Amino acid sequence: MPKRFNITLCDGPSCMHKNSKEIVAAIEAQLKKHELSDHVGINLSGCLGMCARGPVMIINPGYSIYGDFTEKDIPEIIEQHIKKNKPIARFIIDEDHLYNRFFRVFGDVNFFGKQMRIALRNCGIIDPENIDDYISLRGYEALAKVLTDIAPEKVIGQIKKSGLRGRGGAGFPTGIKWELTAREKSDEKFVICNADEGDPGAFMDRSAIEGDPHTIVEGMAIAGYAIGAQKGIVYIRAEYPLAVKRIKKAIADARKEGFLGQNILGTGFSFDIEVRLGAGAFVCGEETALMLSIEGHRGMPRPRPPFPSVSGLFGRPTLINNVETLANIPVIILDGAQWFSSLGTEKSKGTKVFALAGKIKNTGLVEVPMGTTLRQIIYNIGGGIPGDKQFKAVQTGGPSGGCLSEEYLDTKIDYESLAAAGSIMGSGGMIVIDEDSCMVNIAKFFLEFTQNESCGKCTPCREGTKRMLEILTRITEGKGSQEDIDKLLRLGNMIKKASLCGLGQSAPNPVLSTIKNFRAEYEEHVRDKRCRAGVCRHLLVYEITDKCVGCSACKKACPAEAISGALKQKHLIDVNKCVKCGACFKICKFGAIKKS
Amino acid sequence: MITIHINDKAYQVENDQTIMQAADKLGFHIPRLCYHPKLSIEGACRVCIVEVVGMRNYVASCAYPVSEGMKIYTNSEEIRRARRDIVELILDNHPEDCHTCERDGNCELQRLAFAMGIRKRHFEGEKKHYEKDLSSTSVIRDPNKCILCGRCVRICSEIQKVNALGYAHRGFKTVVMPAYNMPFKDSVCTTCGQCINVCPTAAFVEKNFTQELFGKLGDRSLIKVAQIAPSVRAAIGEAFALEPGRQFEKELVAALRKLGFDHVFDTQFSADLTIMEEASEFLERFQGRGKLPMITSCSSAWMKCLEQFHPDLIENVSTCKSPMSMASALIKSYFADKIKADPKKILSVAFMCCTAKKYEASRPELMVEGIQSTDMVITTRELAWMIKSAGIDLLHIKGEEFDHPLGYSSGAGTIFGVTGGVMEAAIRTAYELYTGETLLDIEIQEIRGLKGVKEGKLVIDGKEIRIAVAHGLGNANEILNTVRKDPERYHFVEIMGCPGGCIGGGGQPYAGSNSMPLDEECLMKRAEALYGLDRNKTIRRSHENPDVQRLYKEFLGRPLGPMSHKLLHTHYKAKEPRGIIPSELTVK
Repeated sequence: MPKRFNITLCDGPSCMHKNSKEIVAAIEAQLKKHELSDHVGINLSGCLGMCARGPVMIINPGYSIYGDFTEKDIPEIIEQHIKKNKPIARFIIDEDHLYNRFFRVFGDVNFFGKQMRIALRNCGIIDPENIDDYISLRGYEALAKVLTDIAPEKVIGQIKKSGLRGRGGAGFPTGIKWELTAREKSDEKFVICNADEGDPGAFMDRSAIEGDPHTIVEGMAIAGYAIGAQKGIVYIRAEYPLAVKRIKKAIADARKEGFLGQNILGTGFSFDIEVRLGAGAFVCGEETALMLSIEGHRGMPRPRPPFPSVSGLFGRPTLINNVETLANIPVIILDGAQWFSSLGTEKSKGTKVFALAGKIKNTGLVEVPMGTTLRQIIYNIGGGIPGDKQFKAVQTGGPSGGCLSEEYLDTKIDYESLAAAGSIMGSGGMIVIDEDSCMVNIAKFFLEFTQNESCGKCTPCREGTKRMLEILTRITEGKGSQEDIDKLLRLGNMIKKASLCGLGQSAPNPVLSTIKNFRAEYEEHVRDKRCRAGVCRHLLVYEITDKCVGCSACKKACPAEAISGALKQKHLIDVNKCVKCGACFKICKFGAIKKS
Repeated sequence: MITIHINDKAYQVENDQTIMQAADKLGFHIPRLCYHPKLSIEGACRVCIVEVVGMRNYVASCAYPVSEGMKIYTNSEEIRRARRDIVELILDNHPEDCHTCERDGNCELQRLAFAMGIRKRHFEGEKKHYEKDLSSTSVIRDPNKCILCGRCVRICSEIQKVNALGYAHRGFKTVVMPAYNMPFKDSVCTTCGQCINVCPTAAFVEKNFTQELFGKLGDRSLIKVAQIAPSVRAAIGEAFALEPGRQFEKELVAALRKLGFDHVFDTQFSADLTIMEEASEFLERFQGRGKLPMITSCSSAWMKCLEQFHPDLIENVSTCKSPMSMASALIKSYFADKIKADPKKILSVAFMCCTAKKYEASRPELMVEGIQSTDMVITTRELAWMIKSAGIDLLHIKGEEFDHPLGYSSGAGTIFGVTGGVMEAAIRTAYELYTGETLLDIEIQEIRGLKGVKEGKLVIDGKEIRIAVAHGLGNANEILNTVRKDPERYHFVEIMGCPGGCIGGGGQPYAGSNSMPLDEECLMKRAEALYGLDRNKTIRRSHENPDVQRLYKEFLGRPLGPMSHKLLHTHYKAKEPRGIIPSELTVK
C-alpha cells in the first residue's frame, strides 16, 4: 500500500543521543491514535549532517526538514503536518533549502553530491517549457518581491552586497555595473542578456537557458526594474535552436502570465524582452561588438570609454550581463545577499559553472562554490583521468585561457587566483590535458582558433596572432629556433597589452602560459627536434626493429616508397624519404615498428 | 583645467579631451595611423598607444580621455618597442614595392616606418594576396596595400554616407571591399575618390591615364586640346611641396603647352556658360515653368548619387551639363568648326581635381554626334606627376594666357571650385537677368565657408529667394531630406560631392607630411586662392564674359535655345543601387 507520507528520522549518533528512540515511539503512538499508521512510512537514516539542530527528521513529500523539537512536540506535528498537511514553520530548518532541494533529487550521485547548484538550480528538475513548474519552485517570486517591496536602489544595494561578479569572464562586480547604468539619465535604456557563448566546448549558457529559461527572464526583468530599463534583448547564437525555442517560449509564457509586458503584476512597471540571433562570430560575445551586431552592423569591438552603461545599444545606457550572472539574481533576491556572500572566497562569491572536457572521466557541466580547488573538480567531481594516464595540464577560460601545470592543481578557483596563476576564469571552459598531448601543439590549436575568430580590426590581434601561429607551426615542424621562443614571448606580451578588446588581450594566453609552465617541451622541439608526446608529426622518427619478420606489409603500405628490404628479411626505413604518415606503424602486425 | 603628467612632467590641460588631443596641444606628436580628425575614433591600428600608470594595458591615446592626475608615458622604452613591433607587423603584411608604388614618397606608412626607426624585421611571414579591382572608371582598389585602418570605410559611410565599402571576413583574411565583393563599377561607389584622399597607403588610387596620354601627345595626327578646372590651379603647388594657397593659373597654361597641347582652354569659361544656362533655367522654374527647388548638377559624384539614391528628385536637378562636359561638347563642335577640323581627330583632355569626372566622361548621355566628348580626364595628382616626369619646372616657368575662344573667364567662373561658388555665380547673373539691374554686392558671405549645410536668402525684385548649399554627399543627404519634407523651404540648392567643393576633390594632391588629408586650413587656403583670383578680375559676372557673349551670338543663339539643348544639357535616369542601401535613404 503506497504511503501518503514518509518520515525519515536521523539515526546518527548525535540525534540518537537526543532521544531518537523515544521520538519514534511517540510518532508511532500518535499515528495509531489518528488511524494513520497505514498511510505513513517511518524509516531511520544515517547522519543527515545537521547535528547542531538535532533531532532532525524529514517529512516527504515537501521535503520539510524538522529540527530542534522534542517528543512533546510530536502530537502537534502529526496533527498539523500529517493530518492537515500544514507544515509547522517554527521547526523547519530553512537556511540551505536550495541546496537541499537539489540534493533531494540528485544528491545520492557522487558527481552531483559534491557540487552546489545555484545558477543551474532548476536544470533537470523542472520542465523548462512549463511556466507553472518554474513558479512552483518560487519562480517569479523574486520579481514580485522587488516590484512590490524593494526600491530599485535597494535592489542594486543587495546585488552589490552579494558580491556577485560577472560570469562572462571579466568578473566585473555586477552591482556596480547596475549602479553605473541606473545612474545615467535617459528616456530609453536596455538590458542585454549575453548568450553568445562562443568558446569551443563550452555549453554553460546553452544548458542554463535550455534547462531553466524563466530564470533568465526573471533576472532580466529584475535588472530592468533596478536600472530603469523598459526593454531587454537576449542576444543568442543561432546555433542553439533549442535554447532559442525555449527562451522564446518562456518570454511568451511570462508575457501571458503578466510577468512581462505593460504594468507587470499591477505595479506600473513595464518591461519586455525580445530575442536577437547572432550568426556565430566569436567576437560578438565582446559587449561592444555584440551591440553593433544587434544594431545590424558587422560585429567589431570599439574602444571604451564610453562604456555601455553610458552609451551602449543605439547610444543608450545599456546593461549587459551574461546568462549565468542573470541566473543568480532571483536567488540573491530571495535568499539574501548575506547568504550568497557566505559562499565562495573573499573576492569571488557564489558558485561558478564549468564545462568540464578533455581527458577526464566525467565530462559535463559542474557548478561548484568559488574557492573549490582545481584538484577537487578534476579528481573528485571529474573522476580523474581515464586510462590512468598522467595529468599534464588544465586549461581554464576557453580558447584564450592559460594552461596550468600540476603544481597549480591546488589553486582555488576565483578570479584573482586564476589570473595570478597565468590563466583566466573566462566564461567557464575547463579542459584537462594528459601526457598524450603536446603543449606546443595545444597552444597552436587554441591560437588557430583565436586567429580565425579575430575580427580583423586591430593590428596586434590580426597580424600578431598570425605571426605567432606561423612561429608555432614552424616549431611543431621542427624548423623552429631558440630565437623563435623569444619572439613568441615578445609578440605575446605586446598583443596582450596593446590589443583593442578582450579577445586580443587574452589570445596569447595559451602560448605565454605554456611557455611559462612547459618551457622544456618548447626547448625539446627547437633544440632536439623532439616531441615527447609524439604528436608533432614532423618530429617523429619511425624505425624497424628486430621484431620484423620481413612480411613486406609495411613496404606495400608506404606511400613514399621509403621502405626497402627483401622478403623474410628485416626491412629498413629511409628517413630521408619518410613522410611520417604512420601507415607502416598502423599496418605492422608484429609491433616491429618503433615510433619516437 | 586638470593636471596630467606626460613623461614625468606636469601640465595643466582642459578636461573633456583625449590624451592625443591634449598631447598635440602640448607639442607631443604621438605617432598615429588610423586616426583622422574628421572621422569617428576607430582605435584599430594601435600605433598611438601610450602607457598610463595604473592601467593594466596600454591605451589608445586617440580614444582615451584625460583625467585628473593621470600619468602618461608616450615614449618609454617599452612603449617605443611595442609601437615599433606594431608598425613592423603592418609592414610584414604589406607589399615591399615602395619604389614602384604610386604613393612612394607620399605614404603615411612609409613615413611612420621611418619615424619608428625600423631597420630590421623580425616577424616576416605570409602576405595577403588579392586581385586588384580595376573595374571602376575612376578608382582602383588594391587590397594588398590595405592596412585596414578603416579610414575609407569611415569617410564613405560617415562623411559621404554612401556606404560603398565595408569589412569582410575575419582574422588575417579581413579585407575592405564593396558589398558581396562585386566589381567596384557595379557597386554604389559614386567615384568621388575621398577614399583615395584619406588612404594612408596606395590601397585606393585613381585610374591613371598619364602613360596613355604621353603616348597620344606624341601622335602628330591629333589636335591636342586641354581644359583646366579652377581647383587644379589652386592646389597643384602642394604636389611640389609648397604650402597650400598659391595659385598656378598661368604657369599651368605654359606647362600644358610645353607638354604638347595645341590649345589650352579654361573650364572656367564653360563655368560662365553653365551659369548662363543654369541661371536662365532657374528663372524659368522660378516663374512657374518647372519644379522647385532647382538643384545644381555640376558634380559628377553627385550625379551618380542622385541616380542611385535620390531618383525621386531627378526632376529637381538642373539639366545643365557640368562645365567640363560643356567645354568638351563645344571643343568637338563649335571649336572644331572654327579650326575646320574633324572632331574625331581632336583629343580633348580635361585636367580636373576630381576622380568622378573620369566616370562622367564615360557617361553615354554626354556623347556629341556619336563620339565621346571628353577623351581623357587627368587629376591634379596625375598632372603634377606628368609635369615632373616631363622635366618642366613649374615653379619657375613663365606664365602664359589661355587660348581663345574657350579660354577667357569671369571671376564667377573661378569660384565654381569652392563650395557655394556655383550658387554665388548663378545669383550674380540671375539677379541681372531678372531685374535688368547689376548686383553690386556680389560676394555672398553666408554661403561661403566650410559649414556643412549653409542657408541664405536674398531679395530679387521684391521676391524672396531662399538658397541652400551642401558639400559632401552626407550633407547633401541632409538637405535633400529637408527638401522632401518641406519642398517650399528652398528655391535653389547647390550640391557638391566633395567636402569643401571641388577644391577638396578626390584627385587633389595628397596631404603633406605635416598635415592630414581634408585639413580645413588647407581647404580654406585653396578656397582663398580662388577667391583672390575672382577679386582681381575686372569682369566678375558670367554674362559679362565677352567670349560667352560671342559664343551665343555666333553659335548657340540664346540660353536654353535649341543649340544649347543639343550640346549643353543632359538627363538622368534612376538606377537600382546594388549592394547595401544606406538605411536613412529611402528609394521611392
